[in-house]
Amino acid sequence: MNYNNKPTWILAAITTTILSATTLVGCSDHADNQTQITNKVVINPDPFPSTYEPIPSKTTLITNVTIFDGIGGMSTDSQILLADGKILGLGKQINLPENVTIIDGAGKFVTPGIIDTHSHLGVYPSPDTRSHADGNEMTSPVTAQVWAEHSVWPQDPGFQRALAGGVTSLQILPGSANLFGGRSVVLKNLPDRTVQDMKFPEAPYGIKMACGENPKRVYGRKGGPSTRMANVAGYRKAWIGAAEYKAKWEQYEADVNAGKDAKAPKRDLNNETLKGVLDGDIIVHMHCYRADEMVVMMDVMKEFNYQIGSFHHAVEGYKIADKLAENNVCASMWADWWGFKLEAYDGIRENIPMVHAAGACAVVHSDSDIGIQRLNQEAAKAWSDGRRIGIDISKADAWQWLTSNPAKSLGIFDQTGSLEVGKNADVVLWSADPFSTYAQAEKVFIDGGLAYDRNAPDTWPVSDFELGQIGEGDHK
Amino acid sequence: MKRLTTFLTLFTLSTSVLANQFAIVGGKVHTLTGQGTLAEATVLIKDGVIESIIAGSEAPRGYERIEAQGKVVTPGFIGAYTALGLVEVGFSAGQVDASTSEHPVTTIGAAIDVSYGINADSTLIPITRMEGFTSAATGIESSEYLFKGQGAFIQLSDDEPLLKPRAFMALSVNNSSADEAGGTRGTLWVALKQILSEAKFAADFRTSNSLIPTQHWHGVSTRTDAQALHDVIRGNTPLLIKADRKADILNIIGLKSEFPKLNIVIVSASDAWRVADKLAAAQIPVILNPEYNLPGAFDTLGATLANAGRLEQAGVKVAIGIETHNIRLAAQHAGNAVANGMSYEVALAALTRSVAEIYGLQDTLGALAPGMRADVVVWSGDPLEVTEAAEHVFIGGQPTKMESRQTLLRDRYLNLEQTKPMGYVRP
Repeated sequence: MNYNNKPTWILAAITTTILSATTLVGCSDHADNQTQITNKVVINPDPFPSTYEPIPSKTTLITNVTIFDGIGGMSTDSQILLADGKILGLGKQINLPENVTIIDGAGKFVTPGIIDTHSHLGVYPSPDTRSHADGNEMTSPVTAQVWAEHSVWPQDPGFQRALAGGVTSLQILPGSANLFGGRSVVLKNLPDRTVQDMKFPEAPYGIKMACGENPKRVYGRKGGPSTRMANVAGYRKAWIGAAEYKAKWEQYEADVNAGKDAKAPKRDLNNETLKGVLDGDIIVHMHCYRADEMVVMMDVMKEFNYQIGSFHHAVEGYKIADKLAENNVCASMWADWWGFKLEAYDGIRENIPMVHAAGACAVVHSDSDIGIQRLNQEAAKAWSDGRRIGIDISKADAWQWLTSNPAKSLGIFDQTGSLEVGKNADVVLWSADPFSTYAQAEKVFIDGGLAYDRNAPDTWPVSDFELGQIGEGDHK
Repeated sequence: MKRLTTFLTLFTLSTSVLANQFAIVGGKVHTLTGQGTLAEATVLIKDGVIESIIAGSEAPRGYERIEAQGKVVTPGFIGAYTALGLVEVGFSAGQVDASTSEHPVTTIGAAIDVSYGINADSTLIPITRMEGFTSAATGIESSEYLFKGQGAFIQLSDDEPLLKPRAFMALSVNNSSADEAGGTRGTLWVALKQILSEAKFAADFRTSNSLIPTQHWHGVSTRTDAQALHDVIRGNTPLLIKADRKADILNIIGLKSEFPKLNIVIVSASDAWRVADKLAAAQIPVILNPEYNLPGAFDTLGATLANAGRLEQAGVKVAIGIETHNIRLAAQHAGNAVANGMSYEVALAALTRSVAEIYGLQDTLGALAPGMRADVVVWSGDPLEVTEAAEHVFIGGQPTKMESRQTLLRDRYLNLEQTKPMGYVRP
């Protein structure tokens, strides 16, 4: 097995969508081989399908602008053309279609929309009350059966705030109380009536796992784990169960395909998610601060033959940046959070650039309804802190931390995360260089539709919760 | 050659330890005084204080020169509302002196005095000061008492940190405090007024006759609480009140008319912009985090990024900086206040002069003027830009080492290819 290869989940995600036709339980007593196959129990991988619709868009050309393309390229005095929800052209001179809206971008910057790999918007929404705290299923350390999308409250005003910060896609994760916290969901940051309306079409699922202090604190007096060693025993036990479950289903499929009279194994939602990981369909997002624990988890990953997409927080990523690179595991990090607990005590400002410099995939994440509004500034801090110690990364390369790297770690890079012809027109026009504190997202396009226009307050989206309340539609 | 460099470094270090005359030469100097901002000026430091600020790039002989051409010079930033020195790691990591549990010495929390809990060896101190913060107000972060006790004012140098014990009294009247104080603001405010009346009674009798243990005392507060409130009730010690909702802020303004001597400061203050004129008229300043813009509870529905700028417009004094481990990010917070409507000079004052004024320390701290304490920072550029950094930090006229546990960790791991385990790598 070669962990340096491109992760398998992108292929896997495509396979899953092809399999979407399903038949439930059938009786095979009198059936011949063919009908047995059609009666095969196939589990619907997408029972809560996306109903996302892009908002209407106009063909738009932004001119005279500086572009960071999100994959390391920068061009000045450039143009970008958005049409039919896609990026249709990029460069100094573009052939214009008819009826194009032209925006003069002189002095301004264009980037791909920011993608946050770590958000709890909707599952820990504002207002922060017990009745709304739906992010941690703290009843058992292994709850891979729960899905964050069933907790997302689309009226969380935090989505609109994040939009004003240039965030166009985000992953909503369960919390980190559990060894296996449940499935994550990737959303377009265009809040609507339901979570399905926001679901990023064809994005693979993720699973939240957690190392360290949180599970042992939560379960220490509730039957365990109460130690880090029991955390690891807990992951391994679950993977052993999942491997058995996977083998049963594979046996069943082989039997059915061979024309045998086979009975489908009993469904188990917990193992179904874990099997999805072992099949390469579901991406592991693992909350882990300490260097030593991350390396243990990469060994568990090899033991059970799955791939970790990204360590989250990875406050000590700089201590093992070489091993992250070797194992092709991304690290989603803050610029400078530290010290709020012991496993965050060794946080340093240069973590992100040091991980990047080792050739690993660095991602800037928020884990915060405030931080998500200024992820460009988090990247700017990390970029400048790296430069001050001689890690000379260009701004264009640093922008990968906000768009292409998170897109890759979420399995949506084929659709978004960079400015390339044919990709989704998820685009931000910044008032100035987005590495400045004073720059603001002026226009935010999602699939080509103008989702946010700073200069037109009447058009700003307002959640149901804020309607009729103090500050409705205020400058937020 | 290496030996020579080492020798020179040692020599420089030892002279700088001994030196007491420094010239910060040719920087863009924000004085935060009537002198304004000088495009190119030299700050002279002597015997721990600022000797003078002179236009241009000339320094007299006998001063150790710090070249600051093309750089920005400001007064040291002041952490407006922190728990620095009282907490190392807040969560599940042992003793924290920034939170309290019940004790019979106090019924309301006013008696608590954090000055005994300040740890000069906290790693937070060098981590914070090397980012341009030279002093801070520090107090209790978490308490179930109505009052959060008496906070202290500290310097962030290697010397004894305590500059002023019992520098302020903290109190909270927001949603969560109402929940703890009897479950309703209806109880909280009656209790608060009763407590202040008791303190006033005790203060008016001056003597603390009523407070000696052999006398009867039937207050809601303990004798020690009433004593701790002496200087608050007389207006000598600022009373910091955490509040967000407009109605709570109006209650506070009402409190000030009932107890006119109170020197009230509002902390957090999400809705403050809605009563900005009244706050200005009552001369009540505000300490806030300008990035807070979410309806986190039903008393912060008005939260907006425009708060700081709107308060400035109305003439309310604003200080910026509510944090502990990352109080160093208050400069970024101030930058974002500017991006959302605050003027640049006032945002800079919100990290320096305005904080000093709130704590009554404006004669020594928060600005660059002859005779003031030489807390001075040289920045690579605009300190409110996230990409700029402090390059030299003077506290009390002495340069501080630009090193922290974080920079040592960084330097240890900069090169991962080592022949021996990392424990042998001593940066």
